[in-house]
Amino acid sequence: MSKPSGGTWAPSVLRRERRGPRNAEQMFPGSSGKSLFGKMSWLTRFCTVWLILVILAAALADLIPGLPDPNYQGFVFGDGKTNEGPTASHWLGTDNVSRDILARLIYGARVSLIFAFSLVTIGIIVGGTLGSIAGYFRGLLETFLMALVDTWLSFPALIGLVFITTMLGMRNLVVLVLVGAVFVWPSYTRIARATALSVSGQDFVTAARAIGTSRKRILVREIFPNVLPALLAYSLVGLPVLIILESTLSFLGLGVEIPTASWGGMINQARQDLLINIWPAVWPAVTLFMTVYSFNNLADWVRTQAAARSAAI
Amino acid sequence: MAVSEEPTYTSTSSESMGGSEILRVEDLHTSFFLPIGELQAVRGVSFSLKRGRSLGIVGESGSGKTVLARSIMCLNLGSNVKTSGSAFFDGRDLLALSRREMRRLWGTEIAMIFQDPMTSLNPMVKIGRQVIEHLRQHKNVNRREAKQTALDLLNEVRIPEAESRIDRLPHELSGGMRQRVSIASALACEPSLLFADEPTTALDVTVQHQILNLLSREQRQRNMTMVMVTHDLGVIAGRTDDTLVMYAGKVVEQASTDEIFEKTQHPYTEALMRSIPRTSQASHTPLAAITGRPPVATHLPAGCAFSLRCPYVQPKCHEEDPPLVSIGTSGHKAACWYPVGSDANREAFERNLSDRLPQTLAVAESLDADQSPGIPADLPDGGIA
Repeated sequence: MSKPSGGTWAPSVLRRERRGPRNAEQMFPGSSGKSLFGKMSWLTRFCTVWLILVILAAALADLIPGLPDPNYQGFVFGDGKTNEGPTASHWLGTDNVSRDILARLIYGARVSLIFAFSLVTIGIIVGGTLGSIAGYFRGLLETFLMALVDTWLSFPALIGLVFITTMLGMRNLVVLVLVGAVFVWPSYTRIARATALSVSGQDFVTAARAIGTSRKRILVREIFPNVLPALLAYSLVGLPVLIILESTLSFLGLGVEIPTASWGGMINQARQDLLINIWPAVWPAVTLFMTVYSFNNLADWVRTQAAARSAAI
Repeated sequence: MAVSEEPTYTSTSSESMGGSEILRVEDLHTSFFLPIGELQAVRGVSFSLKRGRSLGIVGESGSGKTVLARSIMCLNLGSNVKTSGSAFFDGRDLLALSRREMRRLWGTEIAMIFQDPMTSLNPMVKIGRQVIEHLRQHKNVNRREAKQTALDLLNEVRIPEAESRIDRLPHELSGGMRQRVSIASALACEPSLLFADEPTTALDVTVQHQILNLLSREQRQRNMTMVMVTHDLGVIAGRTDDTLVMYAGKVVEQASTDEIFEKTQHPYTEALMRSIPRTSQASHTPLAAITGRPPVATHLPAGCAFSLRCPYVQPKCHEEDPPLVSIGTSGHKAACWYPVGSDANREAFERNLSDRLPQTLAVAESLDADQSPGIPADLPDGGIA
């Protein structure tokens, strides 16, 4: 028997270790030609499908054929029953005032998603701008702004929201978003400022100055594009929190005014007849849970993808 | 030359020597005010540079070479920095200019290449746009012209397949390619003075060679003046016209690059050269490192800053700081009481050897190990431009 050549005699465990990653996919996960969807685990795929479904349904609610009016109370007009189980015309049954639960879930998604996405957008724009300015220009403005942010953050947002919405009396979605914005900007400002601080110290900012770029232009062209990913990452985690916040307000009766459908409002409505019929509470609760879980799962997936990518860099 | 006080490249009135003076630095001081005290990074540096020439600034980490370059460019951002003295560029004192006036010079007249191409390019911006960023600010060019210029520049710095690279992000390029991009970016507005702050330190040796050749070629072709800051004597050997050796914020030796290598005067320069590993040495020869550490710039010793590490140190060195004076001919200047090669130096060495001074013993030991003193024959990275 001839001796194997070139060091292949080493125990297989060692050999495997020495050989290292065998292909690009092992070395840089996420770098292969697979589609984004193909790279997800089955759970993340499920979450993605669910979110797409929820977003599409909410966006196209008015166009879905055969979807009943979410506020139509059939028993008033004698063509519906309260607390009905699933039927052909009401797939998820009806609530205690005979409204279609599925329709209310879909229109409720609209409220939750508009609330969450608008607030995230406002947070990125307002917080991102203020934070980048504070982090890059420094000085008195930064001191003042950050003192304000710290004070603001120490104030409990939910209590503030409850207080303001109670005082306002008028509670449509626009008002809710505006009130929410008051409490959303500080955290975005803080993240943007921290990122801008570290970005400002980088050589490419000095390099930009050394080729004669104005400070304003550096802020827009160099700082902000590098602050944005951090804000987007935070937003993805912030979205489910905002969805829960909206549901909490609605549950307390301080969300959008009834009879506008919202998940929290539906649970609150079902609470009164929980012992008679639990389903009008279960459906929105499950929907809320799945949506929030899906956002969190997807946020986590995006984070690992980003980590793999920066490791590859 | 009868008057050797004014070497060719520092003379202010010798138009006959070819090329007008583009940069004259006079008694430049830069200090950082830190909680532990005043850190004097640059302590009275003067030199001058003619148009089209190249100058190498050499020194250890912390010798103030980068701060010097950034001080001249007014890029020492920070409220705790104080710069005094003057730096005349084309007759204008850069240190006295306002930010607005300075911004007009940055990029178009004076540009800088940074050490690490990983951090000197914006990770979120496509390289094509980074190259022409300031072209679009300084000169009104439309999108298509700008793209063509970017392509030309990338081709000029020899980036293969520039057409496809132009839309890439920096992380998709190798370190050497990235440094080429930052060179292209610095050259875009055709500056007349270019600072290269350790442009090859972050690159591996073969790429270093390519980048240095690229810089030399661009400098010659564009008749650009270049200041090359480095800690590596091999980088400047044969590439720059003149050399400035810095230690603890001061110039300790200045001469033409050939002179520095052939007739080393300052013990620090000599120590730097000795610490270059040579292939002629036997394997496992210990590296002739300079003993001790550079002084902490907040607490500089009295007298010569190098005195604590110098193998030729004498009592006088601890008391009086030697001035930068001409030694020999052709504008060679050094700041040492006992310059290398002089009789006084030899006596000092013998005296220290018999006193068993640690740094002197270390030098004697390395001389025993390697019997071929003088210039290292094979500097890393050739030495030929």
